Amino acid sequence: MRTWLYKADTRLSPYLYISPFFLLFAVFGLFPLGYTAWVSLHDWTLLSDEHPFTGLANYRELLADPYFWNALRNTISILLLSTVPQLIFALILAHLVNRRLRAKTLWRLGMLLPNVTSVVAVVVIFSQLFGRDFGLINWLLDSFGLGRIDWQAGVASSHVAIAAMITWRWTGYNALIFLAAMQAVPKELYESATLDGATPGQQLRKITIPSIRPTVIFVVIVSTIYGLQVFAEPQLFAGSGPNGIIGGPDRQFQTLTLYMYEHGFNRGFEFGYASATAWVMFGLIVLIAGANYLITRRIRSSR
Amino acid sequence: MTRRLVYLTLTGVLLLTAFPLYFSFVVASQDNSALAQVPPPVLPGENLFENIRRVFETVPFDQALLNSVIVSSANTASVVLFSTLAGFAFAKLKFKGRTALLLTVVGTMMVPTQLGIIPLFMLINELEWHDTLLAVIVPALVNAFGVFFMTQYLFEALPTELLEAGRIDGAATHRLFWHVVLPVARPAAAVLGMLTFLNVWNDYLWPLVVLASPENQTVQVALSQLRAGYVQDYSLALTGTMLATLPLLIVFGLLGKQLIGGIMQGAVKG
Repeated sequence: MRTWLYKADTRLSPYLYISPFFLLFAVFGLFPLGYTAWVSLHDWTLLSDEHPFTGLANYRELLADPYFWNALRNTISILLLSTVPQLIFALILAHLVNRRLRAKTLWRLGMLLPNVTSVVAVVVIFSQLFGRDFGLINWLLDSFGLGRIDWQAGVASSHVAIAAMITWRWTGYNALIFLAAMQAVPKELYESATLDGATPGQQLRKITIPSIRPTVIFVVIVSTIYGLQVFAEPQLFAGSGPNGIIGGPDRQFQTLTLYMYEHGFNRGFEFGYASATAWVMFGLIVLIAGANYLITRRIRSSR
Repeated sequence: MTRRLVYLTLTGVLLLTAFPLYFSFVVASQDNSALAQVPPPVLPGENLFENIRRVFETVPFDQALLNSVIVSSANTASVVLFSTLAGFAFAKLKFKGRTALLLTVVGTMMVPTQLGIIPLFMLINELEWHDTLLAVIVPALVNAFGVFFMTQYLFEALPTELLEAGRIDGAATHRLFWHVVLPVARPAAAVLGMLTFLNVWNDYLWPLVVLASPENQTVQVALSQLRAGYVQDYSLALTGTMLATLPLLIVFGLLGKQLIGGIMQGAVKG
């Protein structure tokens, strides 16, 4: 009896312990993602009980909509404007902190501080700073004689403002991840490089970055996925109301997630159409993440 | 680069980091008309308490804070418990399909769940959870990152001999979990708990989608409401921002060091 119980316990316990995760994840994580694909093939709205199968009609309609292409352009523009500076700053910052320093904890806490702040808080704060009439940034520009910018109104200027919010919030976090990887790089490499007269910049490029390549790939891919899903920043930057959902009066900063939100939760709850958008986004994420992986994998060859 | 230049740069970065938060406090303590001044104020004013009163008057902010505390605590508790259970199984127990299942967990970390929000919304409607806190709590009861994080930690930190000794003494697996695994997991559980609490507290899109009525909203959705007026009342909006961020900043000040340690540890192994 005892041995039977013991056997049952050791056989079944592992499955029992992992089952809460897999059950809940299957219902609330995996099922919705798959079901999105099914819904996207139908003319499916919340308001009608019939959901006729329409095949790829939603996708055809989506690809023919200039507003979709506008949202795609905006998303990629904001992605580039935020991710590239973010990663460069993070690498430099991590490189600076990765040496013997006083007050190590202080610098690290400071780096993580923006990430503790919620997206909503960040956008509210930065919207004030980027305000047209009374914003601090325009006041600074003005006092240097550079004139004021209506940050929200332009395509480029609004993208820069939104990218600044994302960069502010994520640079330090990424720097911490880089820093963690950098601490595993043997210090002797730097010592001999210093003896050979390599500058800190050369050391960063020739030793540090190639040595932490897997982490660089990881961070690039994660930031890309996050960047492609940007939602709260543009929605709140426009203020609430209709402009928030279309990303400014001229859709100048409507992103793909906002576009999906507009169709899925605002305009008659067109779930089929919004699901098609979700799947196009998913495809895009896989594509861009894959391309990023291939590009960053080549870092070593530049050594 | 000389040491002095390094410190100077880092100080500059720290100022850039802290300034927006400081400025939100400045605005929160001014009355709205003070913000139309040129140059804008850079020192705190005297209107902080008046603004706080107005925040609670404009939106049910106390209710929103309470809702956020409920949602974040519930999810923190469940994520920590379920991740530790699964992490223990993956790190130290033998079973068929272990590697494949663990790979599935890692793979799902890369899947943006946001893309499933439409069917998730339909599912929540079907369960009649729309506009209830359940709609926010239940889908976030587990996450792949937590399982992965705990597996990594327990694999290193939990001595296999300790478990074997327990087995020889006749302890069943659930007793090993309570008396051996949980005590060992405590430091990682603290970090995972903090990260989860932060993420859930700061979540915006999903609560915005499913929570309709003001008394059910979480703090982030309530915050976005403060910005909804036709006339931008920045001092009101930023007072709300400050109130919603302050609890996290206090916790961060107290436990930030461990949090950073945990993030860096997770990163090295990941």
